[in-house]
Order: sequence, then C-alpha cells, then structure tokens
Amino acid sequence: MQKLLASFFYRAGRRWLESVGGTGILGLALLGLVASGAQAAVFEDSMAQRTLACTGCHGPQGQSGPDGYYPRLAGKPEGYLYNQLRNIQDGRRHYALMEGLLMPLSDAYLHEIAAYFSALEIPYPPPIVQNTKAAVLARGQALVRQGDAALNIPACTQCHGPALTGVQPSTPGLVGLPRDYLNAQLGGWQTGQRKAQAPDCMATIARRLSDADVHAVTSWLASQTVPKQAHPAPRKPALAPGAVAMDCGSAR
Amino acid sequence: MKPSVPPSVAARRLLGSALALVLAVSVWVFGAADAIQVYTDANYRAPPGASLLDANQASRLAEGEYLSRVGNCVACHTAPGGAAFAGGRAIATPFGNVHSTNLTPDPRYGLGGWSADDFWHAMHHGKSRDGRRLSPAFPYTSYTHVSRADSDALFAYLQALAPVAKAPTPSSLDWPLNTQAALAVWRALYFWPQERAQAGAASQGSSPSAAAAPVAEPAGAAPGGTALASVARGAYLVQGLGHCSECHGARGPLGGLKSGKQLAGAVLPGPPWYAPSLERADQAGALSPAQTVALLQGDVSSQMFATGPMAEVVLHGTQYLRDADAQAIAAYLQSVAHTRDPLLAEPPLSASTVTQAGADAGAAKLYEDRCAQCHGKNGQGQSGAYPALAGNRAVVMVPPNNAVLSVLYGGFAPATAKHPRPFGMPPYLLTLSDAEVAAVLTHVRTAWGNRGEAVSALQVQQIRQAQARQ
Repeated sequence: MQKLLASFFYRAGRRWLESVGGTGILGLALLGLVASGAQAAVFEDSMAQRTLACTGCHGPQGQSGPDGYYPRLAGKPEGYLYNQLRNIQDGRRHYALMEGLLMPLSDAYLHEIAAYFSALEIPYPPPIVQNTKAAVLARGQALVRQGDAALNIPACTQCHGPALTGVQPSTPGLVGLPRDYLNAQLGGWQTGQRKAQAPDCMATIARRLSDADVHAVTSWLASQTVPKQAHPAPRKPALAPGAVAMDCGSAR
Repeated sequence: MKPSVPPSVAARRLLGSALALVLAVSVWVFGAADAIQVYTDANYRAPPGASLLDANQASRLAEGEYLSRVGNCVACHTAPGGAAFAGGRAIATPFGNVHSTNLTPDPRYGLGGWSADDFWHAMHHGKSRDGRRLSPAFPYTSYTHVSRADSDALFAYLQALAPVAKAPTPSSLDWPLNTQAALAVWRALYFWPQERAQAGAASQGSSPSAAAAPVAEPAGAAPGGTALASVARGAYLVQGLGHCSECHGARGPLGGLKSGKQLAGAVLPGPPWYAPSLERADQAGALSPAQTVALLQGDVSSQMFATGPMAEVVLHGTQYLRDADAQAIAAYLQSVAHTRDPLLAEPPLSASTVTQAGADAGAAKLYEDRCAQCHGKNGQGQSGAYPALAGNRAVVMVPPNNAVLSVLYGGFAPATAKHPRPFGMPPYLLTLSDAEVAAVLTHVRTAWGNRGEAVSALQVQQIRQAQARQ
C-alpha cells in the first residue's frame, strides 16, 4: 500500500513538474537557491537557521521532490501546523523522514516551530494553468461553495473560510496548493493513510466524494489565484441556512 | 500381516524418537531449574522496615516518578499517539516484535490488583503475577539489580496513574520463540536473578550481566559521598534501572548478553543504529565525566549530544537525572573505561582509502556544497548548534552506521530543558546517492587529521535498506 501511494506521489509530482513549464521551474529554482543561499551563508541564531532541517525539503513556498510534494508551511494557521507535527509524531500521518526528525523534539518546541512558519509572509506563486473542462470546473466550484446536500457533503467554505484561506487557529487554506497534492490528501483520507484527531471529519467527507468529484474539487481549487490578503480568517463563518455542522477533532 | 519396516527407516525412527526424548527432557530440566530458582527466592521477603510503606506518600510518589525517568519506562510502555504507560509500543528484537504491556492500574489489562510483591517478582525474576515467564524485551536481566525499596517506590507511582483500559498487543514472534518453553531455555542460559544486594557484597553467582564492580545498595545519592560510594551508586544505576547494557551490550546469536561485554557496543535490531562501546577509548569510553554528565542531561555546552535512539533516552529519561546521580554514572563509566581492550589499536588507513583518493576532489566539493555551511569549511562546527566533524570520535567510529544514518535522515539534538531549541540537520536520503554519501563520509573521516576508515557505497546501501525494512 505504501509503495502504491509512494509511486502515486512520485507520478503526481512528476505531472505537476511537467505542467509547470520551463519558466516556472527556473523561477522557483532561483528563488529556492537564493533563499537557501541567503540563509546558509552566515550562521545566525534564529528560527530560520534552526529550521533548515525543514526548509531543505519544504522550501519557502513548498516544492516537489523525488518522492512527492512537500507542501508550503509559510502562512498556515499555527494550530494546523502544530497538529500536523503531532500527527506525524503520533502516527496519524506517515512520512518516515519526518518521524525521525520530530522524535527528539518537545511539545513546546513544536509550538514554536509552528508559530514561526505561521507568521512568515511569503508571496504565493500564480496558479498552474490546467486544461480542465468548464463543466468539471463548474461542478468543482459548486461543491466548494455550496456542497451537495443529496450526498451529505458540506461546502468547503463552511469550515475553510469564504476566501478558502483557512480559519484560525487550526483550519488550513485550500488555495495555493497543487492539484496533485490535494488529490493525494483526499485520497489519503479515503484510504486511512492520512488521519486527523478524532472525530476525523475530513475522512468522513472524503469518503462521500466520488473520484469525479475529487477531480472536480481539486481542479477548481488549484486553478484559483490566492487573494492578496491571504491570511486565515479569524473565525469560522456563520452556518448557512440548511447546512449541517461538522464536529472536527482537529479544529476544536 | 503388517508389512515389515526396512531397517534404515526403523533406525531413523529410533533416532527421531531419541532426539525428541532428549529435547523433551532438556526442556523439562530447564523449566524445573527455572522453577527451583523461583521457589528458593519465593521465601525471600523484604525485611521489616525495608519497604517504605510508612514513609511520606507524596515524597514516595515523587521518588517513584524520578525512578521511572531513570529507567525511561514511559518510552517503551507508550505507543505512538497512545496514552502514557498504557503499552502497545513495538520493541524490535532480532526474532520479531514484542509489544510493551499496560502499566496503568487498569484491573483487566494493566497492573490493577497487583501488589508490591507481584511487581518485585516481575522486576527481579522476570515473571508475571500468574507465574508466566516474561519476554526479556522487558529487560529484567538489568532490573533484577534494582533494590526492593526502589521497586516499591516505582510501583507506588505506577499505581497512582489513571487507569487506561488498553488491551495488550500480541507479539509477532514465530513459533517456537513465542512459547514459555523457549523462554525457559533462554533464561536458563542468560538470566539468574541478582542475589539480594548487600553493601560491599561482590556479585558472585549472579547473572552474567553483572560487571566486575560490586553492586551495592543505593546510598540514597548522598551528594557529599565518597568517590567509591559515587562509583557504586553509578554502577547500581547503570546496571539496574538505567539498563544501559540492553542496547550497549554485545549479544550472542540467541540474543543473550555476552559475559564481560555488557558495555562493549552493539548494532541495534530494527533501524541499524550503533550503540557505541562505553569502554573503548576510540568510542564513548573517552568521554570525560563532565562530557558524560552534559550528554545525559541534554546540555550541549561541551559539544556532546545524543542522536538516534539515544536522543529519545535523553529526552524522556536521563535529562531528569539529579546532578549527583549523573555524576555517579559518569564516575562509574570512567572507572570501567580504564579497562583496556588488548585488541584496541588505531585503525590503519585501509586500502579502500587509496582507491578513493581519485574521487577526493569530488568528495571535497560535495562537502563544500552540502555540509560546509553548517559544519564549517574545516569541519570546525558551530558552537552550541552544529557538532564539529574534525576530531569527532562519533564520526570516525567503526561501524560507521551512525554517521551514515545521520547523513541519510538528518536529525535534531533532543529538545531538553537545558537545550530547548536545537538546530536541525536536513535529510540527504533523497538527494544523495549511495556513492555520494560514501564519498562525502570518507572525506569527512579522513580529513582534518581524522584517522578513520573509508565508507563504501555497499555499506550505505545495506544501512539504507535495513532502515527501510522497518
């Protein structure tokens, strides 16, 4: 199972790389080089220096690697980042390289690392151009903004915010992420490879999505430009009339 | 009329029956010997007053909690993401995984209903309350050295925890290794309960895991005690609750500790980290007492810190050692390190370094591009952040497993009270090939006055695959 998912990640990463195009790659590579060069040239007693073990793979804006995509850390809600670090320590998310790195770290330090990355202000790259059919995008937008009452699927905006930039303290944004990474996360929840703290609302929702609906949702999300004001909203929006509230263990 | 059996078949059947009889008798004999040991010691009862039942309860619980830190019980007895002390963590052995038990006072799945005698029975004899022999993955070969008073205090602390109803996980050992008979054989070969430790008594007739130094009753960690008392206290902690030999001790093919090799160093089952020798002058035996104390207490001021599984030991266990106890352990280890291994010699530069000479330019460039920004152009490191590689025993050690695993998987020093915000090393598993890892490590192990051996791409591949199999 792990081999299958690893190869999926790899293929997803490759497809994403191929679709970015030459200019995009070079731009990102230069950014990465400049960023790592600037951090590594002179030693400084800072969190940026301490977390070189993280940014080596995650880069400033997230980046693709040989075994998958390492998502962006900058600007995500602090509680969400801390929860993911604990998920990896506790075995709810599986990635061997991070398990070893996080094993000797204390809870207090994990909070500090999460707070550091959460406060970083780094611009988002433009969305990757995909050739998705208009009908698929329309279905994706409908699911994201209204959900599907017949299938008991809530709107993504209900928890992730009307601008889909996330909600403090623990709900992440959904825009600014590559389609294949979003596919992999929803797939992970469907199979149980990725878990969140119980009650795991994303596992429930992901299992109600068909493959076509997953494709529609992730295609639409990945095609969105991240708004200039990309900070997570301070609180959840009021429940729309007729909407059903979800109880999520990770967002209490 | 029944057909007659050919003579060769009859002979084979006779031999088979004879072997089966010998096997059955051996198992019975070992089992009986095991039972006899327990019978004779069952008559042992703590002398009146030795148990601390009449002492102040709060200070007793605090002492018990401290002892659980010395033994680092919580690390093995907690599953990842699970409740503390409720068990379920897989302990790797060469024969499969054994899962830790529930130490909370749950009446069905834990130690609820146990008495202090039952707990002592488990610690000292390695037997459960119902007489079942316990797997030595629970290191009673070390805990047999723990005094009755300490066992009682530890038990009181565990009984004060909130009960957690977590059922045990069965081990993944194959038949016959998961049978009581197999355990009886193993115990007869490798385990004798430590005689009641009296002050000044030598350890004759005790388990092979006893070292040369006498194991005395704990002196209550008197801070102003004599040097000898400190070494004795250190021996008690190292051989008992510290259970250091369970990782640092060399083992034979059946998994028993080799006599006289309790601190000789060993490659661990599971991910192939190497627990260094605590005796050899070219390994951890060369640490000064101050460096040992700093490493155990998680203080990087002396540029010594633990990585790999030892980082977990420091994080959950030894960082809580009282100063006097940390110094006692350091004093004992120093006394042991003066034992010179007659085979100890500076490793000569092997032929493989000659063939690597042509690749030196490439290896030096690799180091400059990937390593020098943290570890320094001349391997000098960065004080308080990144260890020096020049003159670093851990880097040139044989076997090179820890250096290889550090390059592949990166790591942090443990985030302890004395060093709460460590600097991290990124993993190079996905960006360097086996040959590149071997080249850069060979460069590091032979540059700046380091007199280490080369590392081959084959070694890197074997370590990478052993890690990946977990």
